[in-house]
Amino acid sequence: MAEREMVRKTSPSRTREAEVEEAASPDTDKSEKLKAELDDLLDEIDEVLEDNAEEFVRNYVQKGGQ
Amino acid sequence: MAITKVCGIETEYGIQTLGVADPNPITASSLLVNAYLSLVSKRVGWDFDDESPMTDARGYSRDYSLAPEIETHLINTVLTNGARYYVDHAHPEYSSPECFTPREALLYDRAGEEVLRRSMEGAANVLGPGQSIVVYKNNSDRKGNSYGCHENYLMDRLVPFAKIVTQVTPFFVTRQIFAGAGKVGTEMSYVQKDQVPFQLSQRADFFEEEVGLETTLKRPIVNTRDEPHADATRYRRLHVILGDANMSEVSTLLKVGVTAIVLSMIEDGYLDHLDFALETAVPALRAVSYDLSMRRTIELANGKRITALEMQSLYLEAAKEYAQAGGLVSLGDEAEAKEILRLWEEVLATLEIDPMRLSDKLDWVAKYRLLLGYRERHGLDWDDPKLAAIDLQYHDIRRSKSLFHKLDVERIVADDEVGIAVSEPPRRTRAYFRGKCLAKYGPNVAAANWDSMIFDLGEDPLRRVPMMDPLRGTADHVDELIKGCATAAELLKGLGS
Repeated sequence: MAEREMVRKTSPSRTREAEVEEAASPDTDKSEKLKAELDDLLDEIDEVLEDNAEEFVRNYVQKGGQ
Repeated sequence: MAITKVCGIETEYGIQTLGVADPNPITASSLLVNAYLSLVSKRVGWDFDDESPMTDARGYSRDYSLAPEIETHLINTVLTNGARYYVDHAHPEYSSPECFTPREALLYDRAGEEVLRRSMEGAANVLGPGQSIVVYKNNSDRKGNSYGCHENYLMDRLVPFAKIVTQVTPFFVTRQIFAGAGKVGTEMSYVQKDQVPFQLSQRADFFEEEVGLETTLKRPIVNTRDEPHADATRYRRLHVILGDANMSEVSTLLKVGVTAIVLSMIEDGYLDHLDFALETAVPALRAVSYDLSMRRTIELANGKRITALEMQSLYLEAAKEYAQAGGLVSLGDEAEAKEILRLWEEVLATLEIDPMRLSDKLDWVAKYRLLLGYRERHGLDWDDPKLAAIDLQYHDIRRSKSLFHKLDVERIVADDEVGIAVSEPPRRTRAYFRGKCLAKYGPNVAAANWDSMIFDLGEDPLRRVPMMDPLRGTADHVDELIKGCATAAELLKGLGS
């Protein structure tokens, strides 16, 4: 996001701005999509997380293996 | 020309029994395997005759005071997809069938998860109210106990083992930058907890030797178990014990695919020119795991220092030349291998720019990004149990609870493909013969092993069919024969045994 704004400020013409923006968009779109997905998950994660994190972590004991 | 890199993944799963006072992990593991068997109701025992886990690739067998790591009394079975499903070291373990390509190894690893998922559901039917067994695909309980996810690769016996060790060790030390499953904190007692809030690998804390035979103590970066489960005069099975169990399909494919490329290059002499031996591999393994910046250097024996990314690039450049020369044919499917090469290059290039951009591809990045987001939102310290809980729950294999499944991480194999692989064997290795015999002549199969099947035709003696070549017994070789033989007796007659 910051990158895109910076490009805008330094672009001398509209044409150039459009070109640069087009070139930058797949990455920006992807990172925005990933951010939105992460935000959604962070909104609902407490409903999925084990109720008592401390107890859950403490009780997760395994016998060593290979 | 390198031989085909037949490969497979074996995973010991973590288990948590809920609603039972003082649960026994062996009982719980057995319950899971039994629950699955009663769902598919095909049960065949495992034949231990040819197992020799104490034979050392360096050319000697040691006299062990401990019994070999074989638990004949524990439940042990073979599935119609050619896999072995059993209880090992108090964990349920799924060993995939022999696969012809790395993508196939990924597919059968996924099928293993599905087997465990169905086992959990089956176990729920026999457990009491409020009781359940939950399965985790990870490698550590965060308290210093680790359990493994091992890979196996078929190699040419002619390649000297010392050469494999020299040329694969720098790769193994650094491949965690894409293959690591990520872990909150460290389990090294002498490392300050706040020095390592998060690391790339689940397993790096548990390795103490560069080369050795052990798998449960003093784990070595290169394991020397020399048990080819095949004709030992022609083949070696490289048993790789340092990997993490991956949730991400991209991480799994890269882990197996790139390792197979590197091993093929070793066989074909494509790495002989590289002067890349590490000064001390074990500390380097941890240094790489603890470095999220990708900028820290590790020392080479020649005194130079390079980053993990630079080390991987040395292998990558050699691999590109190898691909040009047609070497990737040894990965079973050249087009698929070229795609793995491309993905490897893309991932290394992105790690160089900004690892966080790979949160839709790699396990450690996906997990780390989730932790960072949660930590920031709630203002937590790295030692907050909620972050440790997120780490564990990332690996929960239940779709309703798994944080990995809640993240939109790139998929490579489709669910219906995985569904088929749960019961159908790979077509291009001997796993086909094993799986199909089991499906068709199950009642007459007395036992099976990686390299043989034993038939009981109701008369003495039992009939053993050796399968010493992993590349024979494929669908091309035996499909017609099996289709044409209504009974096991006919099959054995057809095989001329």
